[in-house]
Amino acid sequence: MTLWLMAGLLFTPLAWAVLTLMVDFRKGRLVTWLGMAVQVLVSLGLWAAVASDGGFLYLLGGWQAPLGIELRVDGLAVTFVLLTALVAAACGWHASIYLDPGKPWHRYFWPLFWFLWAGLNAVWLGGDLFNLYVGLELISLAAVGLVALGGQADALRAAIRYLMAALLGSLAYLLGVALIYGQFGTLSLAGVTELMNSGDAQSGQTFPLVLMLLGLALKTALFPMHGWLPPAHGIAKSPVSALLSALVVKASFYIAARLWLDLGGELGGFALAQLIGVLGSLAIIWGSWLAFRQTKLKQVVAYSSVAQIGYLFLLFPLTWGVTEAISLQAQQGITLQVISHALAKAAMFLAAGNLIMSVGSNRVDALAGVSRFLPFSLFSFGLAGVSLMGLPPTGGFAAKWLLLQASLASGQWWWLAVLLAGGLLSAAYVFRVYRASFIESTDTDQFYHPSRSLEVIPMILALMSLGLGLVAEPVLSVMSLPFEGGGQ
Amino acid sequence: MTLSVLMPVFALMTSLLASVILFALPEKGYRLRTIINLAAAILKIALVGVMIWGVAHGREYEAAFTMVPGVEFVLRADALSMLFAGLSALLWLLTTIYAVGYLEDSPNRSRFFGFFSLCVASTMGIALAGNLFTFFLFYEMLTLSTYPLVVHRGTTKALRAGRNYIIYTLTGGAVLLFAIAWLHGLVGDLRFQEGGYFSDVDPSLNGPLTIIFVLMMVGLGVKAALVPFHGWLPQAMVAPAPVSALLHAVAVVKAGAFGIIRVVFEIYGLEAAEAMGLLAGLSVVAALTIIYGSTRALYQVDLKRRLAFSTVSQVSYIVLGLCLFGPLGVIGGLVHLVHQGIMKITLFFCAGNYAETLGVHRIDELDGAGKRMPGTSVAFTLGAFGMIGAPPLAGFITKWTMGAGALEVGMDWVVAVLVISSLLNAAYFLPILHRLWFAEQCEPWPHERRWGRLETSAWLLWPPLITATLMVLAGLLANVPFSPLSWAELIVLREVAL
Amino acid sequence: MTPSLLYAFAGVALCGIGLFGFLRLQHLLRKLMAFNLIGSGVFLVMVGLAQRNGQPDPVPQALVLTGIVVAIAATALAVVLIRRYYHLSGQTTLAEPAAKSARPKARSVNREGAPE
Repeated sequence: MTLWLMAGLLFTPLAWAVLTLMVDFRKGRLVTWLGMAVQVLVSLGLWAAVASDGGFLYLLGGWQAPLGIELRVDGLAVTFVLLTALVAAACGWHASIYLDPGKPWHRYFWPLFWFLWAGLNAVWLGGDLFNLYVGLELISLAAVGLVALGGQADALRAAIRYLMAALLGSLAYLLGVALIYGQFGTLSLAGVTELMNSGDAQSGQTFPLVLMLLGLALKTALFPMHGWLPPAHGIAKSPVSALLSALVVKASFYIAARLWLDLGGELGGFALAQLIGVLGSLAIIWGSWLAFRQTKLKQVVAYSSVAQIGYLFLLFPLTWGVTEAISLQAQQGITLQVISHALAKAAMFLAAGNLIMSVGSNRVDALAGVSRFLPFSLFSFGLAGVSLMGLPPTGGFAAKWLLLQASLASGQWWWLAVLLAGGLLSAAYVFRVYRASFIESTDTDQFYHPSRSLEVIPMILALMSLGLGLVAEPVLSVMSLPFEGGGQ
Repeated sequence: MTLSVLMPVFALMTSLLASVILFALPEKGYRLRTIINLAAAILKIALVGVMIWGVAHGREYEAAFTMVPGVEFVLRADALSMLFAGLSALLWLLTTIYAVGYLEDSPNRSRFFGFFSLCVASTMGIALAGNLFTFFLFYEMLTLSTYPLVVHRGTTKALRAGRNYIIYTLTGGAVLLFAIAWLHGLVGDLRFQEGGYFSDVDPSLNGPLTIIFVLMMVGLGVKAALVPFHGWLPQAMVAPAPVSALLHAVAVVKAGAFGIIRVVFEIYGLEAAEAMGLLAGLSVVAALTIIYGSTRALYQVDLKRRLAFSTVSQVSYIVLGLCLFGPLGVIGGLVHLVHQGIMKITLFFCAGNYAETLGVHRIDELDGAGKRMPGTSVAFTLGAFGMIGAPPLAGFITKWTMGAGALEVGMDWVVAVLVISSLLNAAYFLPILHRLWFAEQCEPWPHERRWGRLETSAWLLWPPLITATLMVLAGLLANVPFSPLSWAELIVLREVAL
Repeated sequence: MTPSLLYAFAGVALCGIGLFGFLRLQHLLRKLMAFNLIGSGVFLVMVGLAQRNGQPDPVPQALVLTGIVVAIAATALAVVLIRRYYHLSGQTTLAEPAAKSARPKARSVNREGAPE
């Protein structure tokens, strides 16, 4: 049973990718609808299997590491697989209506979309460092291609910039992997951890870890390496932006987090952890401030991603040198933040796309009066915004609460100020958009109404992000051992 | 058993579901919207009524589940929550009736009533919250759902008021969250419990607990409009009259005051708070707010603005009552939660009627309005006398109990505060009454509208008349069971047990 | 110092040169070449550093093969994007167009479609 599920999860996206590569936009759309249904079902099946029987280690084709591909299927991984399935299916569905079939290059959306999905699944489940690299590259290339679908020079400039940053980041990561392999002779994360616990850790091994983290931080757009993100996410088509912000940046963060939790305890240090935390905090403050200053709606959302990503990096200081319980709390908080941000940001980008489509301008102040005509999309945007602000009862609040508790318990009270200020700053930029929409202007009553399904999709995502806060406990209990190899 | 779990959930859901349905309704569905609004409001009164009956007879209503590891979501009906829930359920119905009439031809009604119901749902949640975490959840939800109501008109002034409102309340919310998280880190998840937790607390915790208390009072004080955090309230009166009425009488300022009551009674415990010396500071702030608010009200020429400053002053009576640390004082504070709500909502309804029917916003334009609108003006007069504290109206009961409570515990200066405040109340209300009844109309009304043979639309006229009647009854029948005063006595008997 | 360690050091040197070029050069094709240089350096480090008792380790060789495939794919994508970018904007660097001096080519190139 699980064999079939695993195969379905990893290979069918590639199959869909090849299939859609060969047909035009409309046929590709049909194939994708079928494929999305299959993927969501398979992901649900795997999630249910792990939820009932626990995680396991899966050797692809029976080959042993290092040459074979080793997958670790634990609660956290399947949760992310399911999240990916939900968000990607929502974005794919939205794209299938949103994208104009008349533009010939749009047909490449489908293969790129499926390559991206395959890469994401590979990263969530990957158990060894090199395969993670391959997955990461697959994601980056597909994502760059998706950004370039915008077509104009601006989109290409953003895409090339993104590509350059992503390639540099991957190489830094790969160099780190090479150094680790030179030292330990294994690529399996579990293997490296084992060797290290047996007392093999020597000084000087911090460098590969730092190198890998640096590369991954560049790909995750951690301040001050975030310069590539806003143009790329801002200019891409809305469903693409949603995919990128919701899932793609999380992939590199996920690897960084796994590295840190497995190796950081031995190889990391207080200073390194604090430094990463400080960069994350600066990202929160600076990103929110820039989001507040943007005049274009999608740029606001894109800079908000920079800020929200900053929260994720608080994982590093909050899990280093603290007790097991605090570390677990921090991990749960970060996991919730990843999930709720993915849902909320996807909802926000899709809703922003609808709003822009409806008022025919991408400026924030063009939204005047739209609350009367497009309340549904605006409401989705608002609900997603509530989650980003970290107000109850959303998933964002549950995440913030856990992080607050973790920072209090570990005595690192300075993150409290960051968490609270970050919430207020995000309120500032979200309310700026609301405010614009409440202005009653006399001259704008020409609004284009997007189709109902375009409006429903962000609403579903936003409601999921809202509901996550209420069911945080059961969701967290399925990822029974967050970031710990459940199947080992 | 199941019913006892479901009752608080139902009470919350009536307005939550109503809000969802109202959002989905098309703008033109006037009749259907009104029916849903009124049906939900009446259903809620019935549910709350049943729970009040049950609580009075010792029943327990509670629903709880774990939300985030270590934190529970608790809805619970106890005597204190019923005080607030009853007030908000009753006034929701009246305000809805009023709002239907008030917004008859204005745009964006779906949006308005949707957020209006959401706002009431939040208030109900605040009333029923069984621990600080749940309380905070609804406290922030209230902030968010009232913002669209404040900026409803979409004018520059409304947007500015909305911005200030949101800056004040969200910052207050952040401070409150910090305090709650800290407290949770120190002592774990605390349900509200009669008598509080900290009566025999480890003295080493006194320092942090004091700081947490101060932070909580700051966070809650923003909504309760304690000086110096009151700046948003007078500005927020640009909102439509039913919103101001709700904001001032039930929802926002009361949420803050109610939170203060919860924290003082059921987290810290009245005795512990007194022993730590926390109440003395709070009482000074409350007294200052009372005097300051009344003084500022004197200088306002805009009617709603004057009423807004009067709210600043009146809500602090509730806080001051708690600080008196004696059964009578506490009863006075609690009963004022209800009394102030009924009186203030009457006044705001009337102010809205003057604005809507005659186009009058400023006090000096009110000359002779008593002849044109006798019903509204009678209600206004009763409300004003209640605020001043003239016997036998509701306000008198409050002030009398509080004064007696102050003497009982030897805080004589509070009596002086009460007297000064009453004089100031008289000073800013009596001139209005004089203009209403005794001045001759010298200019035509700025913007007059006619509705049939009544002085104004029936939807607008009945709510203030009903609330004015309730106010008189609350004063006359103060000793009947289930009157606000007897209920407050019940709470004090059960919970504080001084 | 074994020869393979020498490879590793050469790889590090290549990485350094490549990184310098990647950060300093403006022309996109040059940047791309610099990227390939870093890539080669990393692969050298990978095969050079991994020694088990003086014997070359087969695993990194296999990995480097995969790595080269990935690098080629990335390079191909980059070349397509750069070419198309040049067609659309007439620019060879990522600098924001200060003035509209660049020759905006006609939309006839659209048929080339998206990069693949």
